[in-house]
Amino acid sequence: MAYDKFDVLTSTAYPLPTENVDTDQIIPARFLKATERKDFDINFFRDWRFEQDGTPKADFPLNKDIYAGSKILVGGRNFGSGSSREHAAWSVYDFGLRCVISSAFADIFKNNCLNVGVLPVQVSAEFADTLFAAIMADPKTEIKVDLPNQTVTLVATGESESFVINTYKKENMLNGFDDIDYLKNIENEIAAFAETRPF
Amino acid sequence: MANTLFDKVWDSHVVRQVKDGPDVFFIDRHFIHEVTSPVAFLGLESRGNSVVYPERTFATADHNTPTINQHLPVEDPLSANQLDALENNAKKHGISHWGLGDVNNGIVHVVGPENGITLPGATIVCGDSHTSTHGAFGAIAFGIGTSEVEMVLSTQCIMQPKPKSMRINVNGKLGLGVTPKDVALYIISKQTTSGATGYFVEYAGDVFENMSMEGRMTVCNLSIEMGARGGMIAPDAKTFEYLKGRSQTPKGADWDKAMKYWETLYSDENAEFDVEFTYDAADIEPMITYGTNPGMGMGVTKSIPLAENVEGGVDTYKKSLGYMSFSEGDSMIGKEIDFVFLGSCTNGRIEDFRAFCSIVKGRKKADNVTAWLVPGSHKVVDQINAEGLDKIITDAGFVLREPGCSACLAMNDDKIPQGKLSVSTSNRNFEGRQGPGSRTLLASPLVAAASAVSGVVTDPRTLLV
Repeated sequence: MAYDKFDVLTSTAYPLPTENVDTDQIIPARFLKATERKDFDINFFRDWRFEQDGTPKADFPLNKDIYAGSKILVGGRNFGSGSSREHAAWSVYDFGLRCVISSAFADIFKNNCLNVGVLPVQVSAEFADTLFAAIMADPKTEIKVDLPNQTVTLVATGESESFVINTYKKENMLNGFDDIDYLKNIENEIAAFAETRPF
Repeated sequence: MANTLFDKVWDSHVVRQVKDGPDVFFIDRHFIHEVTSPVAFLGLESRGNSVVYPERTFATADHNTPTINQHLPVEDPLSANQLDALENNAKKHGISHWGLGDVNNGIVHVVGPENGITLPGATIVCGDSHTSTHGAFGAIAFGIGTSEVEMVLSTQCIMQPKPKSMRINVNGKLGLGVTPKDVALYIISKQTTSGATGYFVEYAGDVFENMSMEGRMTVCNLSIEMGARGGMIAPDAKTFEYLKGRSQTPKGADWDKAMKYWETLYSDENAEFDVEFTYDAADIEPMITYGTNPGMGMGVTKSIPLAENVEGGVDTYKKSLGYMSFSEGDSMIGKEIDFVFLGSCTNGRIEDFRAFCSIVKGRKKADNVTAWLVPGSHKVVDQINAEGLDKIITDAGFVLREPGCSACLAMNDDKIPQGKLSVSTSNRNFEGRQGPGSRTLLASPLVAAASAVSGVVTDPRTLLV
């Protein structure tokens, strides 16, 4: 499914410093029964955002008006662990987020994000702490994520760190391409390879 | 050049390397289930693509299926719709499909090996993180997202950077009541829930050499719970013995040819790993978790660690214990439980039922415990009946349910209620994993059985002597 291109994003951010946020929290299994991809924002962090009766939990960062409309989420270490459900990445995207920043991501979640147009930005633990502190001090803190230059910057102070992304994935994100575009282009090469497989 | 087992299998599946990018990685076997595949088929069709190698994909219904009355129509319309979608997509694209009620139906990571689809040296993916299970056979197997499911359907490849390599050695003799699940939970408690992120693990040492194929599957299954993409064990005589004659394994001359290749699948003597850990079997006791990720585990007789003694943030640790309604320093032994769940792709195989029965035989289920015993497949059910375990189970006051993922992730009606405490042989103790507000203690089938007959968390060794 196509996604909007990613270039330079400047936005306020939701802070979620809890560590080891697993994809069962990002979207609980009972909301994975759809057969098409739409409206996954509704149950994004369902059990952390809402009481069982549907009342929003006022103190949860994603419910606070002061952060509303942010396109970045700054998460705690080991963000997105557990289940491979891509629905978690879809729910991030559908909620309006285009970038998750953390000091460490779980592998599958990170891959899924890249495949659906959400940029996972891995920063040092120190820089993550700097970002959390800045957001806590001023909820309107803006963060600039510059994909072409691979930098993430606190706009107010200019504090900045570079991040890693391979050239191939970077080009994909910049252009809104995905891996199937690439793979279909080399299908003859794949077919020849398949012939060599013993089973 | 000396290569690791992982190198040998990975490198032989690279179609091409993308400059400063991932490898184009060929997939031999692809499993699909009803939850993570429907959107992939929609994507495939919207692009006008077809399934290039339908014979390499295998569909089974498991995540969202009821575990009672499977002969009746599925009541939940959303679940029924997903099951229909899987069946229709499989039929339309010429993919084999083991739906509800099929003799081969069961949990994808149980039925794959059972039917000989899982082979040494193969690459295997599925839209499910516990695909790592198949590494027990010396395959490279790992979970993928739905975009990648679509890639495999339409091109038989995915694009993956090669993970780093880790070897975990466990040597020595396991003590009484210590099972493969305990070995895995012990390793994860040492590595933490993220310690192996970015790595693919090879398990080595005499503990794994002496382990049954079922036990190896349990260990490899849990690799993802320390963040590893997958785990694998070099195939040996036990592996080949398990596979020989299964319905989809190579036969005759093809078997001999395959064997020649499979016998080369081990890490060369001087092969280098990016990182290596060694543990002593004697240090492992029956394990139990006390928190909200699988890394929060300890010996069943131990006390919950103090926040100051654990790695990671104190706030996260306290949030976790708060969710569980436990306190630092609490002992787990003697805590009253409400539910016991035996099953899942981690512990839903015949050995797990044998272990459970070894304790409940001649005893009775505690009145305060609701127990769900869910075999991993119909073949497991048949074996349970053939060995007379069904009678032991019934005599002890338990009921055997029908195969499926069940309360491991509680997508169906098998949900642990709010606040209730469950001893579960599954793989995840995340908040709400077994139902909103449920509290999960991960443990082996022996700990589950001992707790089921005692009504409280119990060290199985006290019932085994």
